[in-house]
Amino acid sequence: MHACRRKALPALLLGLLLGAGSAVVQAADYVPVPAGSLRSVLVSDADPGPVAVASYAMRATPVTRAEYAAFLAAQPQWQRETAPLVFASPGYLAHWGAAADAGASASLTAPVTEVSWFAAKAFCASEGGRLPSWVEWEYAAAADATRADARDDPAWLARILGWYGRPADGPLPAVGGAANFYGVHDLHGVVWEWVDDFNALLVDADSRAGDDPDRLKFCGAGAISFKDRANYAVLMRIALLSSLKAADSTSSLGFRCVRAEGATP
Amino acid sequence: MMHLPLPTLPRRFAVRAACHRALLLLCLGVAGLAGAAGPLPSDSIYHLDLPLHDQDGRAFTLASGQGRPQLVSMFYTSCQFVCPRLIDTVRDVQRALPADSARQLHVLLVTLDPARDDSAALRGVAAQRHLDARTWTLARSDSAGTRALAALLGVQYRILPSGDINHSTVLILLDRQGRVVAQSTRLGVPDPAFVARVASTVAAAD
Repeated sequence: MHACRRKALPALLLGLLLGAGSAVVQAADYVPVPAGSLRSVLVSDADPGPVAVASYAMRATPVTRAEYAAFLAAQPQWQRETAPLVFASPGYLAHWGAAADAGASASLTAPVTEVSWFAAKAFCASEGGRLPSWVEWEYAAAADATRADARDDPAWLARILGWYGRPADGPLPAVGGAANFYGVHDLHGVVWEWVDDFNALLVDADSRAGDDPDRLKFCGAGAISFKDRANYAVLMRIALLSSLKAADSTSSLGFRCVRAEGATP
Repeated sequence: MMHLPLPTLPRRFAVRAACHRALLLLCLGVAGLAGAAGPLPSDSIYHLDLPLHDQDGRAFTLASGQGRPQLVSMFYTSCQFVCPRLIDTVRDVQRALPADSARQLHVLLVTLDPARDDSAALRGVAAQRHLDARTWTLARSDSAGTRALAALLGVQYRILPSGDINHSTVLILLDRQGRVVAQSTRLGVPDPAFVARVASTVAAAD
């Protein structure tokens, strides 16, 4: 096994170069997001205060189809035909052409979607990153173009909410919309995004209380509730993420990665 | 040049990842040898290369459960209410089986709280609850591995600042290849339909 790995490494790197070259992919741009604190829309009885957020660097744009195609060329075990079902259920890359072909007609600069949580994690690891936590995503997404936290501005909330009324059947736009305060693009208005702790959101939005036997599903302190009910756009993300399983994928769910500030792959 | 870590992939998977076309046949041969009992089905959770340590501190992998049916769940030792009932419920499932079937059914409980639940803490629960080590394994992974296993099993959990953990509880039955056969969220008196699936799965594994 060792011999195999040693010999395979240069070839693998060559494959990576070729794959990246053919898709014309440059190294992803990560921008620093300084430490701070966040009034998360998620709050529990036991956790009412602002959340401290450590600094990190975030991918400026969601991962594109071209970037994902390069990843598939370098790591063919994530191609649709080879990825185990347990990591990627049948919707995975369902509308791609051949195994690693992002499609000529589809925009290669559009965000990749139809990817599972496991696949997104593997992609991020391949560039020295990881998926953001929910709090990291929400923190960066609280900013508009000029303010780190624009969420008290009803006009801004209305603008991001406007996206959700848009028909979802057209092709996705290319990444690279207007930059926010941190220089991060497309946190709103293009796709939903995976977070690392999507299975930590534990929304208690239904009737799992009183004498419902499902109440026993929850151990520990009170369940999470929504603090800022005006921020529908973000609450809808939480509702979506909470409903997913890690092998699931949807046509409007993409991802981006974060890594330690100053880190390079 | 880019480094390509594969931290959460199983060994057979990782070997394949490192293989170039020219070495593919050789590597597939090596990958085949690395599997314990033949190729895993595509929907087996044993594809997850999860590093685990049991209550005695011994390292093992999730995939080492291959070859016998298993009940899997997640818990944590400082949990006061649901987690003790989880153990009670598993015991009730075992009691509902014929004795030789119960002995063939392994139980794996993985902590959601690897930061505090070290091997000694797990050993303490095993001793306190008189859990037979031939049947029961209490285990811990690392933080990322715990999140990945929970994601795979559909367990939701959130660690609160107080140290409490909000989590959903589900009892999952795996066949000998690591495929999810049935699951139950009912605590207390076990779901008879679930017990029946446990019995038939153990019988089929003979």
